[in-house]
Amino acid sequence: MGLLSKKDSKLILDPLADNNPITIQVLGICSALAITAQLKASVVMTVSVLFVLGVGNVVISLMRNIIPSKIRIIVQLVVVATLVIIVDQVLKAFSYELSKTLSVFVGLIITNCIIMGRFEAFALGNGPWKSFLDGIGNALGYGVILIIVGFFRELLGSGTLWGYKVLGDPIAKTGLYALGYENNGFMLLSPMALITVGIIIWIQRSRNKALIEEN
Amino acid sequence: MEHVELFFKSIFIDNMVFATFLGMCSYLAVSKKVTTAVGLGAAVIFVMAITVPFNWLLDQYILRDGALAWLGPEYASYDLSFLSFILFIATIATMVQLVEIVVEKFSPSLYNSLGIFLPLIAVNCAILGGSLFMQSREIPSFGLAFNYGISSGIGWFLAILAIAAIREKIRYSNVPAPLRGLGITFIITGLMAIGFMSFGGMLTGGDEGAEQTPEAAKVEIKKEDLKETVSQNTIEINE
Repeated sequence: MGLLSKKDSKLILDPLADNNPITIQVLGICSALAITAQLKASVVMTVSVLFVLGVGNVVISLMRNIIPSKIRIIVQLVVVATLVIIVDQVLKAFSYELSKTLSVFVGLIITNCIIMGRFEAFALGNGPWKSFLDGIGNALGYGVILIIVGFFRELLGSGTLWGYKVLGDPIAKTGLYALGYENNGFMLLSPMALITVGIIIWIQRSRNKALIEEN
Repeated sequence: MEHVELFFKSIFIDNMVFATFLGMCSYLAVSKKVTTAVGLGAAVIFVMAITVPFNWLLDQYILRDGALAWLGPEYASYDLSFLSFILFIATIATMVQLVEIVVEKFSPSLYNSLGIFLPLIAVNCAILGGSLFMQSREIPSFGLAFNYGISSGIGWFLAILAIAAIREKIRYSNVPAPLRGLGITFIITGLMAIGFMSFGGMLTGGDEGAEQTPEAAKVEIKKEDLKETVSQNTIEINE
């Protein structure tokens, strides 16, 4: 890490594990659950949030001294909404199918609590470079969970990864299916996303006892 | 009839929390006590009943393709739908602010119970989600949009009320330490969502799959298309 000082790299690495936005800070859960039935959708969502949060944090941080504190929520919403419109238009132009799959959830990045939360908690009080790193770190921490959940749901639910049939062909009965394996279609339904995240939280907290909550 | 259908559909089948996971952040954060949960839930119903029909008007008369035709024929070719995110969220933020001021002025007791929750609501995904679903499902009339706003709000209210009651009880249970708090709430919400899926057959009478997965529907359409093309081909051959 020659480029980044120790403090700076902490900004990126902390949200990946012990201060994860989803499992610890409980932010940005809505989209994390709804679109994770496919790995591809999870990755695209991660990239979108990475862009919006990285750029948004810098913009807010640059404007932090001129935003009147009374109307800061509206200013923040306008910045996020503008960035999300850019993401939405790009997605519609270059990958229309995927933007149909994500449907309203691209728009819901606007109200993704991670973004507003980081603007409030970090970008309003820190310089642009630090805010950028913080944004990237938190978006990555969000993405890690999204990709883990997407990986398991797509693998167990439809037997594919990124659309490739990694477990063999269920109709032609090749690969694992020749042994009598069946896809668990239940993994594709929305409740399983909640339970998968619950299990991730369970594993993370049993490895790090300091994170356990009081009842 | 379609009002009744939409009403029950948005409360039970397309429940904001259990079917689309909207508003999860405040759902998890404010569900530790029943009284606060009721306050936030009531505020969500209130705000959704106002913002969804308002955004319906915006969508109908400003945003959608050709919506500006009422200004004159030369405006008929404008499609401003790319502006819908920013306009919807601005509407919601201002409406919340306005509602807060009006309620404070005219009903201090209501303000005392709802007041602290109103600012939270501007960034509740369920509110924006309601407007975006209203747009993408192309709800046809103002009355239905109003109905959709209220009933989705009621669905959200029911969900947060139920989880808050369960969390109050679960405090006395012996949950494994790493699952305490957030973990167990996630898993219970998952189980409740499975329970709510059984409402899926409510409107169809249960004799056919209430909601087919989009992929399955697509495959069927493709098959039909194939059949049609095949039959057309055979007709051509016959001719």
